[in-house]
Amino acid sequence: MAEQVFYEDIEAGSEVPALVKYPTTMQLVKYAGASGDYYQIHYDKDFALASGLPGVIVHGWLALSFLGQMLTDWLGEGGTLVKLNGSYRGMNLVHEDLICNGKVTKKYVEDGKNCARVEIWAENPQGEKTVTGSAVVTLPSRG
Amino acid sequence: MSDEPVISEELQNMLNVEYGPEVYEIEKGMVKKFAEAVDDPNPAWQEAAPPTFPAALVPTGLLHRLFNAKTPLTRLLNGASELEYFHPIRVGDVISVTAKLTRLRQMEGKEGPTLFMFTEVIYTNQRGEVAVKGKNTYIKY
Repeated sequence: MAEQVFYEDIEAGSEVPALVKYPTTMQLVKYAGASGDYYQIHYDKDFALASGLPGVIVHGWLALSFLGQMLTDWLGEGGTLVKLNGSYRGMNLVHEDLICNGKVTKKYVEDGKNCARVEIWAENPQGEKTVTGSAVVTLPSRG
Repeated sequence: MSDEPVISEELQNMLNVEYGPEVYEIEKGMVKKFAEAVDDPNPAWQEAAPPTFPAALVPTGLLHRLFNAKTPLTRLLNGASELEYFHPIRVGDVISVTAKLTRLRQMEGKEGPTLFMFTEVIYTNQRGEVAVKGKNTYIKY
């Protein structure tokens, strides 16, 4: 585990350590089973191509799960995730890197809690943003 | 393209109708399977649910109607998801899921008419506390 990040350690512009995932068709099948989302575009290449897609595409929810992992890895045991959202703007194909990024846009105290707003996004290997969103988190204080 | 309206009466009639509750017992194996599927090895997910776990607590009543509603648009994509957390979902919890369609919006997209369907889902635990609120946008085109 990485060291705990504290509210005092961050400022607007601070980066969340990136997380790179490599989803495979097998992982999408596992995700389909675990989530109950059996839409064939996520594991049946013929179906995906017939639907006009370039191939089997990663579930939006799975890409958002990776962004969630990036955040909870960063928050450690002392921080909490309050809000998480993502818009699925492009497609991540299987057997390609899916790169998760995050950057603090604002830190503030609300109801006695040390909060931060974080801009999050996922990219494909071409550098296109396939998911864009934001999160609200709380962080522990050193004080 | 047929003359059928993109926003059918069937869809209109679903607006703001609450579907559910559907009750999910949060079993250890179910959370473990989800954490493995999203490939997140954080040991915290042995007892608590990872952030996107609510995706597995499907409001099937709403979604089956929504996805099977008659419309000339046959292809479906997930457009956006939003989750707000109030209480952690933990192994042993019993979560009641209610859901509704809150808005329908038709737009002209690159590939013709596009329908945005906005949903809201509430996940309530066995103590009656709202654990998570979710919003999801589905796109038919």
